[in-house]
Amino acid sequence: MSLMAWLRRGLVAVLALVAVVALVPAADAQQPTSVNPRASSVQEDQLLRQLQQVDGRITIPDTRAGVLIQPSGREWQVFHQGTMRTVGAIAVLGVLALLVVFYVTRGRIMIDAGPSKSKILRFNTFERFVHWLTAGAFIALALTGLNITFGKSVLLPLIGPEAFTAVSQMGKYVHNYVSFPFMLGLVFMFLVWAVHNLPNATDVAWIKAGGGLLKKGVHPPAKKFNAGQKLIFWSVILGGTALSITGVILLFPFASGLSIADMQLAQIIHGLISLVLIGIMLAHIYIGSVGMEGALDAMASGEVDLNWAKEHHSLWVKEEAGKSAAVSRPAPAE
Amino acid sequence: MARMKFLCDADRCIECNACVTACKNEHEVPWGINRRRVVTINDGKPGERSISMACMHCTDAPCAAVCPVDCFYTTADAVVLHSKDLCIGCGYCFYACPFGAPQYPRVGNFGSRGKMDKCTYCAGGPEADGSQAEYVKYGANRLAEGKLPLCAEMCSTKSLLAGDGDIIAQIYRERVTKRGYGSGAWGWRTAYKETITV
Repeated sequence: MSLMAWLRRGLVAVLALVAVVALVPAADAQQPTSVNPRASSVQEDQLLRQLQQVDGRITIPDTRAGVLIQPSGREWQVFHQGTMRTVGAIAVLGVLALLVVFYVTRGRIMIDAGPSKSKILRFNTFERFVHWLTAGAFIALALTGLNITFGKSVLLPLIGPEAFTAVSQMGKYVHNYVSFPFMLGLVFMFLVWAVHNLPNATDVAWIKAGGGLLKKGVHPPAKKFNAGQKLIFWSVILGGTALSITGVILLFPFASGLSIADMQLAQIIHGLISLVLIGIMLAHIYIGSVGMEGALDAMASGEVDLNWAKEHHSLWVKEEAGKSAAVSRPAPAE
Repeated sequence: MARMKFLCDADRCIECNACVTACKNEHEVPWGINRRRVVTINDGKPGERSISMACMHCTDAPCAAVCPVDCFYTTADAVVLHSKDLCIGCGYCFYACPFGAPQYPRVGNFGSRGKMDKCTYCAGGPEADGSQAEYVKYGANRLAEGKLPLCAEMCSTKSLLAGDGDIIAQIYRERVTKRGYGSGAWGWRTAYKETITV
């Protein structure tokens, strides 16, 4: 019995409590019905407008994961799949087309006086080693670099996905490791040839004469390197340095606190400069081989035909003649 | 066919990281790889919000566009997947991804990143559905079993929604209408070039 009484009393108490609670919202109705927790909350649109990306705090060690949204990834995609491929197509196909036109109209540039019997040493063994070290590395880097950009449109349809992956995987390692000989070559090249590539007055005359490239029989004077070669030298040194710096950044991604925007910028600079340099090198390879009689000897045996040297590097031949006269070296027997 | 999407209702996320743990456990994801993560914005300030983020399975996925070996493909459910057999670990997808989704088993010096790993929407990879080979490379294939991603299924506050884009957008719209506020579908504009208007 006492249990029933206790229950009844309990029930009354609960009902009374419910009645009180039910009254509270009625009193509250005069106040704002709901609190808007969004009033001070962060807005995606606002953050993106202010900072171009949304960053936050994360609880994992990977600090890069703190970037929540970076729409600039899409912009980088547009560059990578649009701008860079256009620039690349112009740099490679455009320069090749120009070279074909040049070859058809101008033909091979021959030694006007015909080959002579004597030769003159133009590049010593170390100079040739430095040239081919840099050149060989550059060709390997250029081919593997072009493959990573254009391979999926050119090579992939030909050899299929599995073989293409194998080639590209190898290419990636070649690109990553051959970069070091390339950088070494740049340093050597700078040390050996920088002195000969300082601009001077003869360069102005050489450029005014169009380097003698366009007209037969025109040979503006030049020292060891003419203005065209100097332009190639400095584009290799400056372009190569930029490629080295951005390349090392890409080799060690996100090192020393670099952000994703920094990585994208490094890739953009690396891609554009390398394509321009590839265009320049195509012209350099042409004029050093097919385009001019006797030019390849300079980097092959190191000894060039004397008549070739007189026509293309007249001042240098005089310098060399002066040097050998000064030490009064007897002329070697032929 | 459904167009699968993720939606994180930031006004519900309590940063418990259960989605992260569920993902790691379900797929036996190696240490150091985070297919899903929770980012807190304006931490400790009024109006802070936490958002659970993984691969959003974008429309016109940037990762697929920039991949030099074309290792990505999109399923009939619009899930963006990739082949680890074809991936060369170049890291381009990470630069292109707006959401930081691609993960690599190694840090990446000298191009030694290893094969890229990312959220598969619990849909495995190119191998046969539910095969051991698929599990080892990509984790469980719940979608083939008719189940949705575990992160969303486990979410204690039902903040993280996974499923057909139209359906989860409708759920979100109803929530916003009912409670009177919503901080938006984070990442949708960037991923799907659309947003949810209430």
